[in-house]
Amino acid sequence: MAPPAGEPRTPAAPAGAAAPPRPPAPPKESPPKPEPLENELVKRLKARFGDAIREAWVDRKQAILVVSTKRLRDIARYLRDEEKFDFLTDVTAVDWPKREQRFDVVLNLYSFRKNERLRLKAHAAEAESVPSVTDVWPTANWLEREVFDMFGIRFEGHPNLKRILLPDEWQGHPLRKDYDILTQDEAWVRENLGIQSGQ
Amino acid sequence: MSDTRTAAFPNVETTVLGADEIIINMGPQHPSTHGVLRVKLKLDGEKVVDSECIIGYLHRGVEKIAEHRSYQQFAPYVDRMDYVAAVSNGLGYCEAVEKLMGVEAPPRAKVIRTILTELQRIASHLLWLGTHALDIGALTPIFYCFREREEILKIFEKYCGARLTTHAFRIGGLQYEAYDELEKDVERFSKDLEHKIDEYEQLLTENRIWVGRTKGIGVLTAEDAIAMGATGPVLRASGVKWDIRKALPYAAYDQYEFEIPTGKNGDTYDRYLVRMEEMRQSRRICLQAIQNIPAGPIMARIGKVLKPPAGEVYHSIEAPKGELGYYVVSDGSTQPYRVRIRPPSFVNLQAFDLMVRGHLVADVVAIIGTIDIVLGEVDR
Amino acid sequence: MIHSLLEFFEPHLLPLIYALVIVLVLPLVAGYIVLLERKVMADMQVRLGPMRVGPHGLLQPIADAVKLLLKEDIIPENADVWIFWLAPLVSVTAAMLAMAALPFGPAFQIADLNIGLLFILGISSMGIYGIVLGGWSSNSHYSLLGALRSSAQLVSYETAAGMALVSGLLLAGTLSLRQIVEIQQKQGLWFVFLTPVGFFIYLVASVAETNRAPFDLPEAESELVAGYMTEYSGFRWALYFLAEYANMVVVAAIATSVFLGGWLRPLASVRAFDFLDYVPMLLLLLVAGYCFWRTPRQPVRVQQGFLAAVGLLCLLLAAALAAPIFVAPQLKPAVHGGFWFLLKVFCYIYTFMWLRFTFPRYRFDQLMRLGWHFMIPVAIVNVLGVGVALVLERQYGWGLGPALLVTALGTLAVAAWLAWVGERTESPVVGGA
Repeated sequence: MAPPAGEPRTPAAPAGAAAPPRPPAPPKESPPKPEPLENELVKRLKARFGDAIREAWVDRKQAILVVSTKRLRDIARYLRDEEKFDFLTDVTAVDWPKREQRFDVVLNLYSFRKNERLRLKAHAAEAESVPSVTDVWPTANWLEREVFDMFGIRFEGHPNLKRILLPDEWQGHPLRKDYDILTQDEAWVRENLGIQSGQ
Repeated sequence: MSDTRTAAFPNVETTVLGADEIIINMGPQHPSTHGVLRVKLKLDGEKVVDSECIIGYLHRGVEKIAEHRSYQQFAPYVDRMDYVAAVSNGLGYCEAVEKLMGVEAPPRAKVIRTILTELQRIASHLLWLGTHALDIGALTPIFYCFREREEILKIFEKYCGARLTTHAFRIGGLQYEAYDELEKDVERFSKDLEHKIDEYEQLLTENRIWVGRTKGIGVLTAEDAIAMGATGPVLRASGVKWDIRKALPYAAYDQYEFEIPTGKNGDTYDRYLVRMEEMRQSRRICLQAIQNIPAGPIMARIGKVLKPPAGEVYHSIEAPKGELGYYVVSDGSTQPYRVRIRPPSFVNLQAFDLMVRGHLVADVVAIIGTIDIVLGEVDR
Repeated sequence: MIHSLLEFFEPHLLPLIYALVIVLVLPLVAGYIVLLERKVMADMQVRLGPMRVGPHGLLQPIADAVKLLLKEDIIPENADVWIFWLAPLVSVTAAMLAMAALPFGPAFQIADLNIGLLFILGISSMGIYGIVLGGWSSNSHYSLLGALRSSAQLVSYETAAGMALVSGLLLAGTLSLRQIVEIQQKQGLWFVFLTPVGFFIYLVASVAETNRAPFDLPEAESELVAGYMTEYSGFRWALYFLAEYANMVVVAAIATSVFLGGWLRPLASVRAFDFLDYVPMLLLLLVAGYCFWRTPRQPVRVQQGFLAAVGLLCLLLAAALAAPIFVAPQLKPAVHGGFWFLLKVFCYIYTFMWLRFTFPRYRFDQLMRLGWHFMIPVAIVNVLGVGVALVLERQYGWGLGPALLVTALGTLAVAAWLAWVGERTESPVVGGA
C-alpha cells in the first residue's frame, strides 16, 4: 500500500485528457465547472482528520470529497455517526488506467436529516486493498462484492468477498478499461456451456 | 455505533431439532422467483435456517456496453434493465446526462415525462400486485391487474409505438410530441383506476387468509431498512417517509400535490398497503398533470453529437421499485467514460436474507414477491 | 363351463356393468370437470378460457388426454422405479374403489354395503399412500416436502371430516348411504338443515382433503413447483390428476348423500312443488336451444356439426328426462334421482372452484392450526350437540327441531369462543428474527 502522503493529487479529469472540450451547441449558461468546496462540513472534517481529507470540490452542484484510502473506514464512521450521513446509496468504482493509483472507489452517501448527498472517493492502486465499510453500512456487502467482481478491487474486512454477478471461477474483471468489450473467459465458456465462445 | 447495525447479518437464533437440515435450491427455474433468481435455502423441516441469493444469471454487462456507445445510443439499453418499468429507467438516464451537460428539458417535455413515468409506476405496481397475489395463491387478481396494465401499455403504444421497452424519452427532452388524445386517454384511465383499485382491495385487503399470510411476514425495521440500503416502498413501509420525488424533486414533481404513504410495521402487509396507496397517488399526479400541460418546445437545444464537459454526476429518481441512480462520468468525449447504475432491486434484494430467516418456505415466496425485484435490473 | 360361469356372474351382472361404466366414464367426466373449471375460472377472470379445440373449447379435454398419453414418460434418475410406477395407480384405484358404495341414484349403485360410509372413508384415505409414496420415490426435495405436507394435512382434516359425518350418522342411525337418503326422505328434511354446522365443517374439511385451494399446499405451485407431482409427467401425471378429480366427485357425493338429501328432489315430500319435476327436462331443453342458436355462428363446419351434435345429445337427454313424467312413471325415481344427484354434486364442486378462484392460499402452520385448534374441536362439540339433542328428543319429549337449534347455537358459541382464543394466542410471527 502506498503511503498516504505519496498519493498523487490528480484532478477529476483523467490523466492525459485535454481541457474539457466545448459542447458543439453550447447551452446558454456556461458549462458546469468544478469549483472547490469549502463549507462547514469540510472544515469540521479537516479539523478532525487533517491530511486524510485530500480534496473537496463541487461538480454540478454535487459535493465530492477525496479521502485517504487508509482512513476511509474512520471517515465513513464519523460521517455516519456525527454528520448523520446514515444512508449509503451506492458503492462503485471508476478505472483510470493511466493514473498511478488507477481506481477511484466511489461511495455515494445520503443524509435523511439534512437531505443532502455527499460523494466520497478513495484512490486505490492495482494491488492495493481498500478498507471495507460493511461494518459501517451493511448494505455495502453486495455493492462491494460487485466492485470486486467488476474491477478486482479487494476490500479488506469484507465478510464474504467473492464474485456476485459473474461465475465464481471467471477470470478477469470486465469493467477494467483494459478488458475489451469482446473479451470473454473462453476457457470457462467452453467448459461450462460446451460452446466455443464466439461473437 | 450500535452492534446490531454494524453486523452485516445478525445471527438469528434458530431451533434445530437435531434433525438433518435439507438444502433446497429454489430457482433459477422456479415459478415464483420472478425470473432467474436462485435462492439456496437451508431448511429445518419447513423453517428457513439460512438463505443465500445467487444472482447473475441475467448479467449482460450493461455498464460495460455503456462505455462503448455514444450517450444517445446507450439510452435504449437502460430500458432493458427493469423491463416492466422501462419509462422510469429512461427518465433517470436522460436526466442524468442532461445534468451532466448542464441543460434542462423544456417545461412541456418535463410534464409529459412526469405523466408517462407515473403511468409506468402504476403499471409496474399492477404487475407486482398480480404476481405477488399469485405467489400467495390468489389466482384472480393478476388478470384484473393485467386488464388495467394493458390500458397503460396502449397509451405508451399510442405515444411512441412501443409497449414494453419504450425508449420514450431522449436526452434533452422528447422525440415525439404528445398525441392528440393523450390527455383524454390518461384522464379516462385515471378515473377508471379508482374503482379498479377498490376492486383489488376488496379481494385482498380484508381477506383473512391474505392478512394471515402477509402480516408479520418479512419484517424489516426502519433501522434495518436504512442499514440495508432499502429504498422505495420497502423503505417507506418500514415507516421512513422518504421519497425522492419530494426530497430531491426532478422532472415536474415539484408542481404537484401528492402524499407519501408510509407503513408502520415494515411487514409484507404494510408494503402491500403502501404500494396500493402509491397507485392512488400516482393517479392523482396524472390527473393534476393533464390539467395543464404547458405549450412550447419539447426538445432543448442540444447538438446532434453530445459531448458533455468532463466531470461526473449522480442523479437518481424514484423508480417504482426504489431509488434508481445513475452515476455518469464523462471524459469530454462522445461516449460516457463510466456509467454506474444503482439498481433498486439489487440493493433491496440484499435485505432478503434478513427478512426470511425463521420463516417457512411458503413465506419465502411471499417475501421474494414483496421486495418486488426484476432480475433484469438485479443482474444488469 | 360357460353356463356355470354365467350362472356365477348373473347376480353380479348389473354391478359389473355399473363398475365398467364408472371406470370408462370417469376419466371423461374428470376431463370435462377440468374444462368446466377452466371455463368458470376464465369467466371470473374476465377472459374466455379454452376456445380453440372444438366450439367453445368443448373438445379440449380430449386433446389434453391425447397429448398426455403421447408425452414422454420421464422417470428421474435415482428414483425408486417400482414405487414411482405404482404410486399413481394406488391413488387412482383408491378414488375409483370408493365409488363402489356411492348411490348415484336409487337405481345406480354398485354395492349397497351396510357399512357404506365407513368403506368409502377407509378406501379413499388409502389415496394418501399414493401421494406419499409418489413424493418419496421421486427423490426430489420438492416432492418430498409436498408429500409430507399432504400426509399431515389429510390425516388432520380427515378427523374433522369424519366427525362432521358422525353428526349426520347420529341422525340417520345407519352407515348405509342408501338408507341415509331414505331416512331423509322419510323425515322430509335434509340433514343440512338439521345440522348445518356439521355440513359446514364437512365442506371445509373436504376442500382440504381433496387438496383444493385454499388448502392446496401439497401442490402449491408457487412454492413447491407441483408438490408430490413435480417429477411426474405424461400419463402417470394424468393419473394423479384423475385421482384428484375423482376424489372431488367422491367427497361431493358423500356430502350430497349425507347432508343434501342424495337423489331427492328439493321439497320432494311437498305435493305443491311437484312442478319441480319439469325442471330437469326444461334445463336440458334450454341448453339444447342455446347450442342450436350458436351453431350457425361457429366459424368452421366441423365445429358447427359438433355443436349441433351436442344440442341433439341434450335433446335426447331431455327426452329421457321427460319420459318418466309423460310415459313411464315407474322410471321416475331412477332417472330423475340420478339427475338431481348429479346436479347437487355439480353444485358442490362448483363451490370448490369458486373458493379456489377467490382465496389466497393458507400457509402450512395456519392450515394445521385451523384444523386442530378450530375444526376438530368444533366438530366434536357438534357431535356432542347432536347427541344431546337426540337425547332431549327421545327422553324428554322435545321436538327435534328446537332441540337441534339450541345445540347448534351452543356449538356456534363454542366456535366463536375458539376463534377468539385462537386470535389471541396466535403466535404473531412464525419465527422472524
